[in-house]
Amino acid sequence: MAITQIATLAASCPNPEDSSHLYSGCPYPAPGLHSFNFPALFTIGPFRFEKPMLIAVIGAALVIWFFWAAFSKPKLVPRGVQNLGELGILFVRDQILRPMMGKKGDSYLPFLVSLFFFIWVMNMMEIIPVAMFPATSKIAFPVALMLMVYITYNYLGIKHQGLGGYFRNMIPRGVPWPILLILAPVEILQYTIVRPFTLAVRLFANMFAGHILLSVFTIATWYLFVLGIPLLFSATSFILTIVLTAFEALIQALQAYIFTILTAQYIGDSLEGAH
Amino acid sequence: MRFLAAPSTLGPLLPSWSELIIGAVAFLIVFGILAKVLMPRISKTLEERTDAIEGGLRRAEDAQSEAGRVLEQYRAQLSEARHEAARLREQAKEEAAQIVAQGRADGVAERQRIIESATAQIEADRQQAMTALRAEVGALAVELASRIVGESLADEARQTRMVDRFLAEIEAESDGVGAR
Repeated sequence: MAITQIATLAASCPNPEDSSHLYSGCPYPAPGLHSFNFPALFTIGPFRFEKPMLIAVIGAALVIWFFWAAFSKPKLVPRGVQNLGELGILFVRDQILRPMMGKKGDSYLPFLVSLFFFIWVMNMMEIIPVAMFPATSKIAFPVALMLMVYITYNYLGIKHQGLGGYFRNMIPRGVPWPILLILAPVEILQYTIVRPFTLAVRLFANMFAGHILLSVFTIATWYLFVLGIPLLFSATSFILTIVLTAFEALIQALQAYIFTILTAQYIGDSLEGAH
Repeated sequence: MRFLAAPSTLGPLLPSWSELIIGAVAFLIVFGILAKVLMPRISKTLEERTDAIEGGLRRAEDAQSEAGRVLEQYRAQLSEARHEAARLREQAKEEAAQIVAQGRADGVAERQRIIESATAQIEADRQQAMTALRAEVGALAVELASRIVGESLADEARQTRMVDRFLAEIEAESDGVGAR
């Protein structure tokens, strides 16, 4: 097995990710699943506190700190950080909430604002020095958020349309029954399984892939950093790292936006009923 | 070992419970603070701002319409005053013309009256003088004639007849002079 060979090879190197260079006898320490496992920072019984958790907690604290600074004492004529905060919530309201739900969805603005900024900050940790890891690339965090959304839109759907009505409204009307035979299970699966699964996995997979991508070129830059021709490859890797960092910054905002806008759409569907 | 996959076929798709709980709690704290404390504050501020802006606009509109109304009122008053002045001027002109005409008519009437009364007075004076003269001239003439003729005319009837004839002659003579 190639993996076991690499594993034995890597095991012979003292600290493969930090010190190995080309020609040092160590293989290229490619990023993989192990890049997402961290040693415990501390443990309480069976509970291990790891870096992704720290990043999630810091992300939450940053979001709270930002909005506290912006809105704790709001002024009629906004100053400084309040301007920025208003820009943020008005973006969520006018670009995400209103197009999906209209004015009647305004009471869900705090939920969408929390989702958008919490996800965005956790995503941005990928390119913030020292952190350099998006908490959302650990599936548990997208799943936690997805569960909130899942509970919310199912609860609202049943509340606004009744239990029977909610499931009846999942199935499109005016379709001939042979097609309905196929369509009905698909539509019900769509609401109950596909939506939550894709919502969580889309965010997770994008951030996971982003972290791998950046790691590949970051590690390559260091691995190829030896005098001679490999220095050229190292420089290329470095430039690619910069370019991909900018690209990832875009993806991070985009994924937070997609997660939030889909949430708005799902909640809107639950409030509306028929589709 | 670092290269060991998660103890399941799900691999990285298997969420860890501790991360799930920490993620959920972190999100709920963010959501709680935003929903209960911060968003109501900023929503209130945004509403107040909208109110302030709309209120300001409405106040400006009110002031403008008030100014327009007052201007209209002033214009109306001004034109009314102009009409009043023109009317007074017309009235004064008419009155003046009337007074002049009245004065003229009065003057003409007064002149006529004076002329008439003077003419009457003159006529009366003339009659009086003529009567007086007739008696006196008769007496004088009789006296003169009796002196000349002597007592021949003692008969009173004859005297009177003679005097009348004499006076008629004089009168005819003087009429002829007056007509000339």
